[in-house]
Amino acid sequence: MSKKYCVYICTGCGIGDTLDIDALTEIPDDEGVNCKTHQFLCGKEGVAMIQKDVDDGKVNAMVIGACSKRVNFDVFNFNGCIVERVNLREGVVWPHSREKYPALTEDQKDDSAYCDRIQMKASDYIRMGMVRIEKVKLPEPYKTQTFSRKILVLGGGITGISAALDAAKAGFEVTIVEKQNKLGGYAANMRSQMPVQAPYEQLIPSVIDEKIAELQQYPNIEVKTSTEVARIAGQPGEFTVTFKKPGEKVPFDVPFPLPPEMLVDEKGKELDAEAQHVKYLEFNKGKEDILTLDPNGELYGAVILAAGWRPDDIKGNNAYSHLGVDLPDVITNDQFEKIAAKGKIVRPSDGKEAKSVVFIQSPGKDEDDADFPYCGSVTSQVALKQAKYVRNDYTDGKAYIIYQHMRTPGLQENFYKSMQQDNGIFMSKGAVTSVTQSGSELIVEAQNTLLGKNLNIKADLVVIAAGMVPVTVDDPVINLAYRQGPGFRDNAIFGGYADSNYICFPYETQRTGIYAAGAIRRSMTIDESIEDAAGAALKAIQCIESANRGVAVHPRSGDMSFPEFFFQRCTQCKRCTVECPFGALDDDAKGTPKANPTRCRRCGTCMGACPERIISFADYSIDSIGSQVKAIKVPSEDDFDEPPFRILALICENDAYPALDMVGMNRIDYSPDVRVIPVRCLGSVNTIWIKDALAQGMDGVILIGCKHGDDYQCHFVKGSELAQVRLKKIGDALASLALEEERVRFEEIAIDEYDKLPELLSSFVKELEDLGPSPFKGF
Amino acid sequence: MTIEKSALTSGSIMIVGGGISGITTALEAAEVGYEVLLIEKEPSLGGRVSQLKHYFPKLCPPTCGLEINYKRIKDNPKIKVITMAEIEKVEGTAGNYTVDVKISPRYVNENCTACGECAKVCESEIADEFNFGMNRKKAAYLPHNMAFPSRYVMAPSMSADDRAKCKEVCKFDAVDFDMQSKNLTFKVGAIVWATGWKPYDAARIDNLGFGRYQNIVTNMMLERLASKNGPTQGKIVRPSDDKAPATIAFVQCAGSRDENHLPYCSYICCMASLKHATYIREQYPDAKIYIYYIDLRTPGRKYENFYSKLKQDKNVFFVKGKVAEVSEDSSTGNINLVAEDTLSGEKVRQTVDMLVLATGMQPSLSDDKPNADLQFNPDGFVINDFKKGGMFAAGCANKPADVVSSNQNATGMALKAIQTLVRR
Repeated sequence: MSKKYCVYICTGCGIGDTLDIDALTEIPDDEGVNCKTHQFLCGKEGVAMIQKDVDDGKVNAMVIGACSKRVNFDVFNFNGCIVERVNLREGVVWPHSREKYPALTEDQKDDSAYCDRIQMKASDYIRMGMVRIEKVKLPEPYKTQTFSRKILVLGGGITGISAALDAAKAGFEVTIVEKQNKLGGYAANMRSQMPVQAPYEQLIPSVIDEKIAELQQYPNIEVKTSTEVARIAGQPGEFTVTFKKPGEKVPFDVPFPLPPEMLVDEKGKELDAEAQHVKYLEFNKGKEDILTLDPNGELYGAVILAAGWRPDDIKGNNAYSHLGVDLPDVITNDQFEKIAAKGKIVRPSDGKEAKSVVFIQSPGKDEDDADFPYCGSVTSQVALKQAKYVRNDYTDGKAYIIYQHMRTPGLQENFYKSMQQDNGIFMSKGAVTSVTQSGSELIVEAQNTLLGKNLNIKADLVVIAAGMVPVTVDDPVINLAYRQGPGFRDNAIFGGYADSNYICFPYETQRTGIYAAGAIRRSMTIDESIEDAAGAALKAIQCIESANRGVAVHPRSGDMSFPEFFFQRCTQCKRCTVECPFGALDDDAKGTPKANPTRCRRCGTCMGACPERIISFADYSIDSIGSQVKAIKVPSEDDFDEPPFRILALICENDAYPALDMVGMNRIDYSPDVRVIPVRCLGSVNTIWIKDALAQGMDGVILIGCKHGDDYQCHFVKGSELAQVRLKKIGDALASLALEEERVRFEEIAIDEYDKLPELLSSFVKELEDLGPSPFKGF
Repeated sequence: MTIEKSALTSGSIMIVGGGISGITTALEAAEVGYEVLLIEKEPSLGGRVSQLKHYFPKLCPPTCGLEINYKRIKDNPKIKVITMAEIEKVEGTAGNYTVDVKISPRYVNENCTACGECAKVCESEIADEFNFGMNRKKAAYLPHNMAFPSRYVMAPSMSADDRAKCKEVCKFDAVDFDMQSKNLTFKVGAIVWATGWKPYDAARIDNLGFGRYQNIVTNMMLERLASKNGPTQGKIVRPSDDKAPATIAFVQCAGSRDENHLPYCSYICCMASLKHATYIREQYPDAKIYIYYIDLRTPGRKYENFYSKLKQDKNVFFVKGKVAEVSEDSSTGNINLVAEDTLSGEKVRQTVDMLVLATGMQPSLSDDKPNADLQFNPDGFVINDFKKGGMFAAGCANKPADVVSSNQNATGMALKAIQTLVRR
């Protein structure tokens, strides 16, 4: 596009009162760029003025010097135009007042003893905005070569079936893949299900049969039993999936990355890339490379992971030996359910009717009140249900539930209450200290119960509330043909669950287009799993629609830009492939990256990683930000007797930038010598910008991003963490410039900590002042 | 993005309630490609979660996710937001509803730039309901820092004098006291009710002394006290004398799991109190914290870990027992409580500086049922009828839930709404 520039400056909201607008308009004037001012630019008249310029074909790339880009987004939105918002309001005139920084008199303006620090900030921002619109392009959507709208559901249990039905009802084609030879999963092995609505008194038949029957009504649902996924290759909108028989070895089985112990030699020294590659090929012998597409593979648009759980194995676990877990009549809730599904409750040891059954909810004696691992609140509810089986089978049956905390959250409290009405179900808080065999009976001892200090119960059968282990603990299941490996990353911080780290965004995964649902994310009841499946189905559909439109999914929803590579200069260092939080990049045998744009979330982490600076987005690049940095004027002693410092702040636009806007809104001052550039994510910060800033005489650079660690708040998972790692490595470069490493700082801030920002920035400036000005000024 | 005229948008989805659930349903549906109308009765979006300092168990600020969501709304022309609006009547059937919406006057039009000049000159004040009336604020106000839309509101109670001053000071002609309430009609294909919850009225729990004794506050009030944009700028202090509390007790199930009040479990209060213990600990390293509970419901690995971390704190005490009586020491303002230790059966007497009632959640629609063909359970939660389709409840309009489950549910309800439209 041939660009036609204009700068619009709003003088409302105090901008015109604080700044010398004429001086500001001279900046574009000097460059031969048209500049217009308006006292109420976001008003009807102001917008109409801009729209007319656009309609008349006079302008298609504009700087709007007014309020923060966070407000009036919809107002300053002109179709087909590049719009750069320059934050004169929240960023300049609101935090910095004329009371604190008086305007210069005419005499002072020519006197090198004086400088107008507010005006200088505004001028820099206008220059930075102007250079940006010169450097960026309007993004065009990426379209995949082939496209499928089909949804693949992994797992034919209650969650998978529900997800398939929900997607089919929205008009989508679905394939369910189930490892077993029939559908239904654990829900099909149950005698009954707990009630989910008033009056919560009777157990109900499992809904699974009804759901399986419902599948028949949908010709757009295909079911593949006795099947599993060998690999899923490609990207959302065009995943190529290879199916196989469970346990079968096929050439399109996904290759696994080398385990850590194979990356080193006998002495523990890391092998070089070539040696590692040889080992990798050996390790994955007989398997096709991830970039080889299976010609017989089937195309899918998105994937729902509903592979569920397995019962925790407690036999032989020493931690539970006091509970007699190796005795024949001490069984898990899952084993109990299977017995109940077959008929009356009987003992495994001798088939005798089990009329006295104790349900143990917590293993920790009096030392720990936690339930068994992977329980959630499900096992409390299962115990209530199973206690009812005992009562339903035997009029003289007795069920005892010994718990630390009865977990029936929300409306399920009603189920608990209705079970309390049954005088054959005894429930008590208590710490079970031992389970022992005495003849043909079991003796359960418990302490500190509601029924007495010490309790002795004679039981026919003891049921342990073992947890539901997500199958992702054992196996990646999704078998992605991704260079970063076949499973979700970082499941370890969720205890093996394929869960999201975000409270606000429960379906977020680090693998775009693959959404987990049901007990693989969290222990869930049948009812909760059905509900969860609907959400995952929506996300799968949404990802397909977004990929089809060529736009990003959350959190940069709708973004059409994607990374582009200038391969001639690629050194195959693989940093982009390794650092991408979403595994969006693969690489070939040489290490040249292969982009998968529909996997990409547009955070720019690859751009920040690349030492050769060959990765860019249409509207966000090394050059666009680098040029903004270079547009900042660094005053020297040639200009002023005491030139003010210049500090570059590269800050996360998601959290730190809004927080800085709050500082402005609350009219809190901080050093006006800081120049702020919002970035997509700190992960996108390339250290060249920092070096450039320092080389042109800026006194310091500060990066402000989101909190990282296991409870990371970074919307792109690893961005702020990576930025900090990269900064640690910048020390050498600074030393070569004879600069102190204190000139570069990294800070974490949460969006609500705006009150900390002014002090944080001012203290950094103070520290720089103590170091003295940069020696590079004036060069 | 905001609209103020009636529209025929059959084939679109209306979402009632702009809290976290409603925002989620709206965004998830719009990002599939559907037209969405988001109706909020308050002047800004965000609902209950915008009153929270942190979410459990991550202890991260809700504004972080809200900011991303507001950006998604701003970026998406398919979402229209109407604030200060309430549903008058819903007629029709699945796929074809006619909805009458009443919009209350904001007395500020779209010219507002949120510059704040009006608040500077306005002297009238009103009780700040965002902070549960613990402070007063200007009658010309922005609901809070991060309010979306970022536009001021004029309280109807503003004095005539102040009205004139606000009107005069506004350079943008944004203040308009002639604004009237108006009624709009929309045609939509599906409706998702995300009307959320309200804190159970603690004054109704007679034996727990709320409203009689100043130093008894609710959990939501504590949330505001701990928030930087709250009435004390984030300092947790006793309402009676602004003193730092040295001993604080929490009463769990204040109204919940109680036939006389809310028979169900409110799901969030256990985790909320554990979270509140972290707020207190951050400000007062030596404060003693007592939590009186029936059962601690911290289900799932993340919540369990949060609880077990807090158990390491030697100054947090968990007492299995129900608080039965409270009284006030009038000279100190301290609260005397009597509880029964469920395990020993003994009565526990304790005097604390401050008592926090972990009150539960009541569905917003419980006392104020909308004029629409919805089915409610006895507690006022909406029962979803998926066979019938068309209208669904999401989040806490449907059942008590935490934020993450509400968002899961709200995402799924977006699909249920879409299914209704696809079927036709």
